[in-house]
Amino acid sequence: MTSEIDVGQRTDTAGNGRAGGRRMSTGRLGDQIFAHSARGSGVVLLAIMAAIAVFLIWRAVPALRANEANFLTEQEWNPNATPPVFGIAQLAFGTLMSSFLALLMATPVAIGIALFISFYAPRRLASGLGYLVDLLAAVPSIVYGLWGLHYFGTKMDDVGRFLNDYFSWIPLFGGDSVGGRSLLTASVILAIMILPIISSITREVFLQVPTANVEAALALGATRWETIRMAVLPFGRSGMISAAMLGLGRALGETIAVAMVLSTASGISIHILKDGGNTIAANIANSFAEAGETGRGALIASGLVLFVITLIVNMGARAIVARRKEFV
Amino acid sequence: MSVKGAELELKSLPRVSARRRMADRTVQSLVYAAFVIAIIPLVSVLWMVVTRGMERLDLDFLTFSMNGLSSSDEGGGANHAIVGTLQQVGLTAVMAVPLGILTGVYLVEYGGNSRLARVITFFVDVMTGIPSIVAGLFILAFWLLALGFEYSGFAGALALAILMMPTVVRATEEMLKLVPNDLREASYALGVPRWRTICFVVLPTALTGIVTGVMLAVARVMGETAPLLLLVFITDAINSNPFEGPQGSLPTFIWYQAGDPNPQAIERAWAAALTLILIIMLLNLGARLLARLRKPVSR
Repeated sequence: MTSEIDVGQRTDTAGNGRAGGRRMSTGRLGDQIFAHSARGSGVVLLAIMAAIAVFLIWRAVPALRANEANFLTEQEWNPNATPPVFGIAQLAFGTLMSSFLALLMATPVAIGIALFISFYAPRRLASGLGYLVDLLAAVPSIVYGLWGLHYFGTKMDDVGRFLNDYFSWIPLFGGDSVGGRSLLTASVILAIMILPIISSITREVFLQVPTANVEAALALGATRWETIRMAVLPFGRSGMISAAMLGLGRALGETIAVAMVLSTASGISIHILKDGGNTIAANIANSFAEAGETGRGALIASGLVLFVITLIVNMGARAIVARRKEFV
Repeated sequence: MSVKGAELELKSLPRVSARRRMADRTVQSLVYAAFVIAIIPLVSVLWMVVTRGMERLDLDFLTFSMNGLSSSDEGGGANHAIVGTLQQVGLTAVMAVPLGILTGVYLVEYGGNSRLARVITFFVDVMTGIPSIVAGLFILAFWLLALGFEYSGFAGALALAILMMPTVVRATEEMLKLVPNDLREASYALGVPRWRTICFVVLPTALTGIVTGVMLAVARVMGETAPLLLLVFITDAINSNPFEGPQGSLPTFIWYQAGDPNPQAIERAWAAALTLILIIMLLNLGARLLARLRKPVSR
């Protein structure tokens, strides 16, 4: 580092405007104040992250102590009873089930959209069409919930009946009651909500595909699809995986739309066409109003579980992106 | 990509075999279909919100609260909710924007490749993924349960600020990276101290970009419901003091009206959804226009 020789100012000219040296300021008062407040706000951000974990654990522990059942395997959620009995088995099942179903539906479509905008759409329209897809992300989840509850759910009722009539031999579509406020409806809405995230990240990955690779494929006489298969998809694989994982993280934590659409019923059931099911996040929104002291602690405990799950998924996604950067 | 041009040239070569052409066409139609599939829900949501919302969205709706009305009554409005939302989001911005911009400045101007900067970058990414309900639970545990404060608009704003900060940091970071180094060097050459260079040269150059980012971040948090349910609670009357007592807000207003079996309430929910979407779309549109009008100086 050359920071010792200069007057404490920029040390690297190539580094995109970032200082290479360790010194934060020239020692002038104004400089010191500014540098420290900039650094301080970064530290505040880290402190908030730490505080989230600490406070959630702190409030969750008393409720978990009072719990008479095994928190991880119990299906009931009844923390206001005496003695309190609650567990996240059913909630975790609903969360994972709806999120994975959403991911399963959204990923292929999102990659299709990214391909469409990057390679198929007319050049002039491409950015406008991309903006249109991004608008899906601008619609707040409460509006998706309203739409799902009062419009889309009733349509899904018919879809559910159709699937149940003809495909009930698939265990997922089995069961004898079918409704519009089912896990399937929630999954479809989640899929719609995570589409724009997955597709916009995938699009960014596609933008980075070296033009030389694409041109080489074309020069060999490849059709457009062959070019994509040979040059684009292999290059973008890790990027697409991390995009899907970020979408999964979003789906896991989505609260309001799911809470509005699902009609709560207890018990784990793999029949996704049936009314009912519940997720961790939706349960917090729905049962907060009538929660007492232990009830709140129990909800905070379930929020902690959700926090840890999303943290793992998000970190995993970032790790994949970071690893990819080293190769490219 | 130069896919199109290359395809034209291919015409003069021997034709591609039928099987390969079939595969190409199939994928093409699948890709087009994917795009259409994404547009259907967008159109459906917007159409429903606009048509159903227009039935009730009038001056009465914007200027009256729900005070003294039961959910089966006709009329009533979302004035208390609009006031609440604007105040809460305003407070959120007041907290999250300075912190976010300063963090962005630290990462680009001071942090370099230091360990702290890398840790912060990583956690900004992680923070982007925090579910809003978890942010709400944290403020519940911290502000309401540990410190003993009451439900208030400010408590909701605290949770929204946690959700907004990472977006502002990202936007600032990206815009500051676009500011050419020559500008900074020119300023230093004139003997301007570093902090004045950042405040009066670097930040103004990137200002439009940062404002765009902030507007998009505001639009994002404006629709958040979950933390408000836990922290602000609801009231039917206008409460113009965000620091004391429950407040209304558009998202929670929609939540309660939509869950009501009375058709009058559901109408109000749609009208509130239209109001919310209009505000959000205006912010979005404004941000895009601003971004297009003045791109940051770069070469």
